[in-house]
Amino acid sequence: MKELIDEKGLRIDGRRVDELRPLKIEVGVLKNADGSSYIEMGKNKIVVAVYGPKEVHPKHQALPDRSVLRCRYHMAPFSTDTRKPPQPSRREIEISKVIREALEPALILEEYPRTAIDVYLEVLQADGGSRCAGITASAVALADAGISMRDMVVACAAGKTSGQVVIDLNDVEDKEGEADMPIAIMPNLNQLTLFQLDGILTPEEFEKAFEMAINACRTIYDAQRKALMDKYFGKAEVGEE
Amino acid sequence: MPEVERKYVTPGELIAEGNYKSTSNVIRIRNKFYATKVGLAEISHEGIRVIPLTGPYIPRVDDLVIGKIVDFSAFSWEVDINSCFFAYLSAQSVFGKEFSPDRESLLKKFSIGDLIYAKVVAYDRTRNPLLSVSGPGLGRIPKGEVVRISPAKVPRLIGKKGSMIKTIESATNCKLIIGQNGIILMVGPPDGILLATQAIKMVESEAHLAGLTKNIQSFLSKYKEEQS
Repeated sequence: MKELIDEKGLRIDGRRVDELRPLKIEVGVLKNADGSSYIEMGKNKIVVAVYGPKEVHPKHQALPDRSVLRCRYHMAPFSTDTRKPPQPSRREIEISKVIREALEPALILEEYPRTAIDVYLEVLQADGGSRCAGITASAVALADAGISMRDMVVACAAGKTSGQVVIDLNDVEDKEGEADMPIAIMPNLNQLTLFQLDGILTPEEFEKAFEMAINACRTIYDAQRKALMDKYFGKAEVGEE
Repeated sequence: MPEVERKYVTPGELIAEGNYKSTSNVIRIRNKFYATKVGLAEISHEGIRVIPLTGPYIPRVDDLVIGKIVDFSAFSWEVDINSCFFAYLSAQSVFGKEFSPDRESLLKKFSIGDLIYAKVVAYDRTRNPLLSVSGPGLGRIPKGEVVRISPAKVPRLIGKKGSMIKTIESATNCKLIIGQNGIILMVGPPDGILLATQAIKMVESEAHLAGLTKNIQSFLSKYKEEQS
């Protein structure tokens, strides 16, 4: 097995075990979308567009009491090392569903009956943890579209590489490591909306990974909030007017 | 003047704790109040509300809107009112109760592509909005220029008791008709329309700032000085 953490305790990209990758979030990057955002999380680059609420087509999908949330996670053919065929793969279809289910609890869909809200995630460059970055960016784009939300959603992964618990795994750590556990939370309501675990963790490792991932989510939430504040209120002091 | 505390908020943010009445764009969990939209939270003795800075247009009964005819059937027109629903304008409400599709063609009144100024007479969760053009000033829009802003910012453009809109109208010699759905019609001289467009865009981008009417007034008077 490849050694993923050196004797100084640094990971292959030079991070400490509890260190996040550099994060950048922008709001309102697409003119024609109702809401949009762009996230860079390490080497991940994702654009998210939100359209809606709008009329549902095909009409039979519409629900009489609430809106239908539809998500499409798609990786651009040039987003990976070897070309990825552009048609939706099994993996992309599954991630689309997982992202939809992670976002749904946060949205007050009952406010928009008989409508649809479309979320399109386009991965321009992928480097592990793109579903987490995608969820984080989608929540920002939904807030930008002005859809009523109970809370933001923010996601981050924790996992295990070379016997140590680490957060925010990159592509190599995800593939070579022993475990990967993406989670998404609603930070103010303190609720979990996504929980996956690929690999094996002992109960102690799990506790530690879970706590680290939640702390990381809270850090990312601050960045989300700052991005929205900068867009809507300029660089003005946050708080009292 | 009641005391109002204001705060910039994003969705999920805790606005206040305690015994308040929640009004719009706020959810209550036990005695904590959270915002559901990006906007300006107002805490006063009347309750807590968030004035959103973004969001779709959701029709309300009695709203005056500007819409575009996109289709028609034997009995009604379909109108795009910049919302998630298409609105209907029934032929009976235009031609009268006696209307029969055999005798009269809907195209005589409005054809596809026409802009109309109309009132929402019925809307709820279960049905699409129904419009009416009976009323003073309502009906087909014959001329003018149209500018779009975010529907969430329309109240700001109108201002307290129409103060903002009056300021812009008197400075530009234009007549402004505001649709609650964020579509604004301007009728007047070409340079007035250009100036009014600038002022409206300024209101949109600075909607969250205090003292906006004053800023707009100084912007307009500065322009006038430059002209003279």
